[in-house]
Amino acid sequence: MSRSPTDNAGAAVGTVKSYAVGFAASVVLTLVAFGLVMGGALPRLPLILALFALAVIQLFVQLRYFLHVDRSSAMYWNLMALLFTFFLMFLFIGGSIWIMYGLHERM
Amino acid sequence: MTTAQMAHLSGAPGHEVHGGPGSHGSHDMGEIQAFGFWLYLMSDLIVFSALFATYVVMAHNYAGGPTPKDLFELPAVLVETMLLLTSSAAYGLAMVAMHKGDLRSLRLGLVAAFALGLGFLGMELAEFHHLISIGAGPDRSGFLSAFFTLVGTHGLHVTFGLLWIVVMLAQLSSKGLTAPVKGRLTRLGMFWHFLDIVWIGVFTVVYLLGVVQ
Repeated sequence: MSRSPTDNAGAAVGTVKSYAVGFAASVVLTLVAFGLVMGGALPRLPLILALFALAVIQLFVQLRYFLHVDRSSAMYWNLMALLFTFFLMFLFIGGSIWIMYGLHERM
Repeated sequence: MTTAQMAHLSGAPGHEVHGGPGSHGSHDMGEIQAFGFWLYLMSDLIVFSALFATYVVMAHNYAGGPTPKDLFELPAVLVETMLLLTSSAAYGLAMVAMHKGDLRSLRLGLVAAFALGLGFLGMELAEFHHLISIGAGPDRSGFLSAFFTLVGTHGLHVTFGLLWIVVMLAQLSSKGLTAPVKGRLTRLGMFWHFLDIVWIGVFTVVYLLGVVQ
């Protein structure tokens, strides 16, 4: 097989190593997140920020190692579609929170 | 996509075209279908973000009913998370086996991914059954309506993924490892990993932050 792992747009092939790295990193990130909440050592605000940070890192780990989204030219349109979707999600979720909590304050 | 590449949309399945821009010049039907499926996944992500937005807005509307702290059992959610994550990794190994042409390992990986996914779904259904039996069903409060809708929609996706794995195991037996079957297995893999990614959002926003607040 002469194709490189990034030849297929969205259908890229991983290796045993890439899945192992992605899996190990995800397990560690998940355990840290649950451990922080169940241990109860951090104050509320730092804890919330840490949970969001861990989730975002795990999101990128899984995109990279499980779905093989990277900056190669073959994945260009997959990445563009993903970034556009992230933008829409930011509008949806951020906008909803902004409007509804603003309304809540004024009620 | 350039017009030159668009012209190859009508190409026969498996037909490869060389000489596109850059060194990655080969595009075939499988890639175009994978990209189309990627766009479907993005639209699915929009559905989930609407449900996440609804959940976040409704998360404190308890209507005098139970709060996340009263209801959620984190050790069980951690086990659920590990089941789904391991299932996703098992599917990845099945994909590696597929590209090596190792049919036996491919089947083994698919069966493992199915069993782990089924374990996840079983735990989720047990949780739903428990909540409804103690009077914390979707009709109890705005928080619980949003909870059941968001987590239930993810569970429904997992159910269809499990069904799809069974169909692919049957197709592997009846058709063998043909190009269309390989393409379907690849797209199922994208779907399965995608559901694992959505679950990161669910366990963080719903369960962990729910217990913190």
